[in-house]
Amino acid sequence: MTSPLRREDVAKVAKLARLSLSEAELDEFTAQLGQVLEHANDIAALDLEGVVPTAHPFGLINVVREDVRRASLARDDVLAMAPDARDGRFAVPRIMGEAP
Amino acid sequence: MRSALDIARDVRSGATTAERETASSLAAIRERNDELNVFLFVDEEGALGAARRVDERVARGEEVGSLAGVPIALKDNLCQMGVPTTAGSKILQGWRPPYSATVIGRILDAGAVPMGKTNMDEFAMGSSTETSAYGPTRNPLDVDRVPGGSSGGSASAVAADMTPLSLGSDTGGSIRQPAALCGLVGVKPTYGLVSRYGLIAFASSLDQIGPFAKNVTDAATLLEVIAGHDPMDSTSLPEPAPSLVRHVNDGVAGRRVGLVRELFEGADDEVVAEVGRAATALRDAGATIVELSIPEIHLTLSAYYLIAPAEASSNLARYDGVRYGLRVDGDDVAAMNEATRTAGFGAEVKRRIMLGTYALSAGYYDAYYGQALKVRTQLIDAFRRAYLETDLLLGATTPSVAFALGEKTADPMAMYLSDVFTIPTNLAGDAAISVPFGVGRAGLPIGVQLLGPGRSEARLFAAARVLEVADERS
Repeated sequence: MTSPLRREDVAKVAKLARLSLSEAELDEFTAQLGQVLEHANDIAALDLEGVVPTAHPFGLINVVREDVRRASLARDDVLAMAPDARDGRFAVPRIMGEAP
Repeated sequence: MRSALDIARDVRSGATTAERETASSLAAIRERNDELNVFLFVDEEGALGAARRVDERVARGEEVGSLAGVPIALKDNLCQMGVPTTAGSKILQGWRPPYSATVIGRILDAGAVPMGKTNMDEFAMGSSTETSAYGPTRNPLDVDRVPGGSSGGSASAVAADMTPLSLGSDTGGSIRQPAALCGLVGVKPTYGLVSRYGLIAFASSLDQIGPFAKNVTDAATLLEVIAGHDPMDSTSLPEPAPSLVRHVNDGVAGRRVGLVRELFEGADDEVVAEVGRAATALRDAGATIVELSIPEIHLTLSAYYLIAPAEASSNLARYDGVRYGLRVDGDDVAAMNEATRTAGFGAEVKRRIMLGTYALSAGYYDAYYGQALKVRTQLIDAFRRAYLETDLLLGATTPSVAFALGEKTADPMAMYLSDVFTIPTNLAGDAAISVPFGVGRAGLPIGVQLLGPGRSEARLFAAARVLEVADERS
């Protein structure tokens, strides 16, 4: 049903998860994750047609409250914990490349 | 160390003061913290301040709560305003939350004195407290062994008599397993009974905060304080905290207890023997024992190791070097994100993020995550059927007594298997309690587990109390 985990699958997943792995880590993770997935194959192989999936123990329902203003966290307190903040904002490295 | 109940009574009556109790807790922490690595941060100043405020309330004749002057240790994934909170990770080193978890407000209102933050597996991912970025915690009963995890620091704090109470969190057994390995009472409450507001998220559909204590009544007292609806958590049950302490001595007469084969099969003989002895003790106290099989339990470990990592991979996406915690520079935002996460997360957290990302990725979603959610439904239905003919269930908490430091770190699958009896309760959203019962190899404690349907805490505490009394007599 599912093919064994390959090294290039692990490399791709690392990229998606924004992690960079060394060559040694790639080998180690391929073996370890493969082992867990092998264990998981017992459920991947089950015929569960028609069973309703449960994402949450009691089923999530929307919870609403009155639309009243209330205090939020103080901006300066929050920004004080940021790695970099300028002019009342979180600061990050450039997002856009140089104009061509 | 005296019980939380005794301390609170004496603080309220003026026989002792919160400040004196806090000083004695600080002295106990100082004595063994270097050796055991229990606290990542000891909040001496904050604790003494909180204690003095309790003493002032007592002096003014105010009604001080059920935890008046009781020192309490907090797992380091509970946000406490202004107090360093790391979740055992380098990625949050130096972070001081700008707000406090709901449970912290509740224990302060009840007069408790938070002593500091305890060590844990990084982001609660582990069963031994060895994945902490700040080094492992040692089991106070045998320093060459693990205290269990992920709430190993909170368990050790109570086991080492540093505090009579502590709070942990339980996603797949992270309170009950260390409670068993350290000889404590540990409770995983019904999902939604305790607000998760301010708990650093691991797997949001499984996480619950719960108490550690040396005895059943203290555990019930603490759970009663922290339970009850909180508008800040949309998954919080819409009802006030249940009465628990009042029911601790209700006994088990007339209760039907299911002895579940899948909840002790494969455990060490000495553990299986104690589960059998616990069944006898409950029967002697008037319960009927029914032998049961719930084969769906066999599939829960696999389902858990897809569902929990899937939720974790999503929850941990927020550690991107932008709003809090570590940042490692990069040429652009994506490079900065990647450099930050690579440097900030440890190996186990990376493994789980990767596993979750894989299970959710296109092409594998239906085979893994989708199937796991269906297995979860089948498990919930199986428990529901079991509770048609029983009031609660009995099994082991862990397959063995505390294992040696380093014994399972090289083999993630072996570590995962140590939670095989605790995971089903989290997937079902139900309640369970681990209570010390008997001793095994080298005098190390064994825990037995009582499980009940949602909102059955009062019943569980009453049964746990029966076992506690029987264990004291033997």
